[in-house]
Amino acid sequence: MTEHQTMSANAGPGLADYNFAYLDEQTKRMIRRAILKAIAVPGYQVPFGSREMPVPYGWGTGGIQITASLIGPNDTFKCIDQGADDTTNAVSIRHFFAKVGGVATTEHTGDATIIQSRHRIPEKPLVEGQIMVFQVPQPEPLRNLEARETETRAMHAYEEYGLQYVRLYENISTFGRIAATAGYPVMVDDRYVMSPSPIPKFDNPKLHNSPALHLFGAGREKRIYAVPPFTKVESLGFEDYPFEVQTWDEVCGLCGAKHTYMDEVVLDDDNNRMFVCSDSDYCADRRAQGHRGPHAGHELTEIAEDVSKNQEVMA
Amino acid sequence: MSAIALEERPLNLAPDAPILRAQNVTKRYGFITGCEDVSFELFPGEVLGIVGESGSGKSTLLNCISGRLSPTAGNVEFATKKHGLTDLFDLSEADRRRVQREELGFVHQNPRDGLRMRVSAGANVAEPLMNLGNRHYGSMREDTITWLDRVELDLARIDDNPRNFSGGMQQRIQIARNLVHSPRLVFMDEPTGGLDVSVQARLLDLLRHLVRRSQLAVIVVTHDLAVARLLADRLMVMKDGHVVETGLTDQVLDDPQHAYTQLLVSAVLQI
Ligand SMILES: Nc1ncnc2c1ncn2[C@@H]1O[C@H](COP(=O)(O)OP(=O)(O)OP(=O)(O)O)[C@@H](O)[C@H]1O
Ligand SMILES: [Mg+2]
Ligand SMILES: [Zn+2]
Repeated sequence: MTEHQTMSANAGPGLADYNFAYLDEQTKRMIRRAILKAIAVPGYQVPFGSREMPVPYGWGTGGIQITASLIGPNDTFKCIDQGADDTTNAVSIRHFFAKVGGVATTEHTGDATIIQSRHRIPEKPLVEGQIMVFQVPQPEPLRNLEARETETRAMHAYEEYGLQYVRLYENISTFGRIAATAGYPVMVDDRYVMSPSPIPKFDNPKLHNSPALHLFGAGREKRIYAVPPFTKVESLGFEDYPFEVQTWDEVCGLCGAKHTYMDEVVLDDDNNRMFVCSDSDYCADRRAQGHRGPHAGHELTEIAEDVSKNQEVMA
Repeated sequence: MSAIALEERPLNLAPDAPILRAQNVTKRYGFITGCEDVSFELFPGEVLGIVGESGSGKSTLLNCISGRLSPTAGNVEFATKKHGLTDLFDLSEADRRRVQREELGFVHQNPRDGLRMRVSAGANVAEPLMNLGNRHYGSMREDTITWLDRVELDLARIDDNPRNFSGGMQQRIQIARNLVHSPRLVFMDEPTGGLDVSVQARLLDLLRHLVRRSQLAVIVVTHDLAVARLLADRLMVMKDGHVVETGLTDQVLDDPQHAYTQLLVSAVLQI
């Protein structure tokens, strides 16, 4: 180590001392190797040496590390929390990469090359070349039924997936249908059962044969897994209780969309409600194109954070 | 007694091939001997009891012959549906697990070891069917109800968590879970241990009935000779890891040959 490097390393916590995109190149290479392995074995959870990040676990450290190891100066980065670009978490992660990488950021799905997300896949269909990066809290879909890691690993290795159906079975005996709405398990490439992180099951079909690359990072659990472009992704179900996505009777109050994932918004103390697209960029885009919903122009056009969340997470 | 037991069974041509064959099975834990040089054959529809005092090696032997514990020496062959008599420990782990899942059952002494305590009674019973690849909720639900009915569990509690059940009820759920997938051989380690006497008697009755009607082979470990007499066609008596006597249950219990068996039997009579 040269004198100069030593001094620089001791110089203080200023961001100028960090490598491009925060992580050092050695770490990035290690993470890229894990990503390549994950792409080679779709749906398989690859262990990796998760690093300490300047945000706590639960804030998307797995996703941030994936993004940091992939992003380059020519990328355009989008980050969403729930479906919105303007929530605290999404804003700070976007600022983080603007600061440590100087990369361009955007709220427009169509302009982004890398999209980091926790709860949603954008409504606008993804295209070849785009990368979705998911922040995953619990990568193991079998975990809350089988606590032993050695056992869940064996189950994946030997394709013993009966247990995964136990949860669906319980859902039906309790609710008369598969009530779980988020973190709904999928079979990837006819081989590995995978948790698609807490995205609503509404988004599950978007993974199937997607032209984009989908990467999943769990920081605390130290796992990376992937759905490569054009991969078969099937949501689990029973013959007599097949997988179904949520539907809404209402249209988006702001843009009139019928086919999107909706959040319910309380409008006033009298308990008046409206439904709005959870994907705020998509909704804004439609409004810009002249689409109008029954509540168009409502002052709540700006809100995105007060949405009521009533998802039952399966993971 | 044995005449009655025989009459209860449907006429069954003597099966000429064993379903399980143990040859010189030895298990050592370091310097401690778990069991040593145990050989026997078991035929379809047969119930074999393994008796002996605490520490005599019953559980060790049961774990070895069920493929759960690799023996230090000797081999254990099971007549798999696919390949016939096959050494369980020559199979890949994946194949061994498949055989255990699809063709065997294992009832633990403590139902907590054999049940998923975070999953409803019904789902516990249905899981082995899902493991076999059944993906039809309605048909699995029906089978679950049939089996919970057979083990006399109140069907109103089918969706309750076993945590809230009595030990006897938990054990009946475990038994249903280990029979629902029509295994050909079931291992039981002290299935009625830890239960009070009246619950135990009813459970034994039930087990006997289930075994007789389904013609499956059973190996049951117990240190309770009354349990052995009620369930087993044949007995193996173990002492210090060795089999010291074997024979038809009534013969062994009524006319024990080995000094240790005589002691064991007389000890029971004194109680
Ligand atoms: N995991 C182990 N490690 C070391 N020694 C063991 C282990 N398991 C069993 N043993 C020893 O092996 C011998 C046989 O034990 P085993 O549990 O098979 O007896 P058992 O007949 O089932 O007894 P019990 O009636 O008390 O259940 C005993 O000496 C026991 O201490
Ligand atoms: Mg024992
Ligand atoms: Zn909208």
